[in-house]
Amino acid sequence: MLILFWILALTCVGASIAMVVTQNPVRSALYLVITFLCVAVFYVMLSAQFLAAVQIIVYAGAIMVLFLFVIMLLNLGAPQALRERGTLQPFFAAVLGTAFVVMLLLSNSLVALSKVRPAAPPEVYVPLGTVEGIGKNLFDPKQPWILPFEITSILLLVAIVGAVIMAKRRIQDHTP
Amino acid sequence: MITTEHYLVLSAILFTVGTIGVLVKRNPIVIFMCIELMLNAANLTLVALGRHFGQVNGQMYVIFALAVAAAEVSVGLGIIVAIFRTKETINIDEVNLMKF
Repeated sequence: MLILFWILALTCVGASIAMVVTQNPVRSALYLVITFLCVAVFYVMLSAQFLAAVQIIVYAGAIMVLFLFVIMLLNLGAPQALRERGTLQPFFAAVLGTAFVVMLLLSNSLVALSKVRPAAPPEVYVPLGTVEGIGKNLFDPKQPWILPFEITSILLLVAIVGAVIMAKRRIQDHTP
Repeated sequence: MITTEHYLVLSAILFTVGTIGVLVKRNPIVIFMCIELMLNAANLTLVALGRHFGQVNGQMYVIFALAVAAAEVSVGLGIIVAIFRTKETINIDEVNLMKF
């Protein structure tokens, strides 16, 4: 199990770094699909089966198709379409990113979660992530999730209308 | 034995890679992809901590974060298409409509 974790973690981090490094947006999208699939397997390992299925359907399916469709529509597939300028920006970004990850790792290791509070046993968390567990909790009147669920439907409606309007309208160019 | 800290460290690294991508890249579509990566890292943290404390609430947050991410991507890509139709480029350095 630990070996599987390390293989998946290295694949995941490697694919995400390749996504940032490569110049071709189509390749970036395909590397991002690899990252999403690895995260879906992590969800299965964390016994969140429903979220793993949703991750594959929504992220690796719908959102990545949307990305690839826009790349195709705008004809950005050529690597020379957007040449990055040679500046010092990647250097500073690498320095700041290193500082950021060191800060995050320090905060993680200082907490030492498993020592302060041991993890829940499997018989507690295994039935939580199934479709039945998620659905019972989502529509439980004693839980506060029903109102956010309804607001989410309004959010998606607004997003549909907004996407249609943004794609139809032509923005006025104010630059002289 | 995989502890919760393994997942926390992994998601910290993924989040940092996404942050560096947002800082470095010039292509707004790739910047959106990096934002999705950061959202995924945060979701992984939520699920791992939810399992650690034996609660389902972390997975609930992830469901709502998924819905928000889907809405954000659809509207954002619509904005990118609109900018491209107006200015014939989407290079983030040349799009300064909101710069005063």
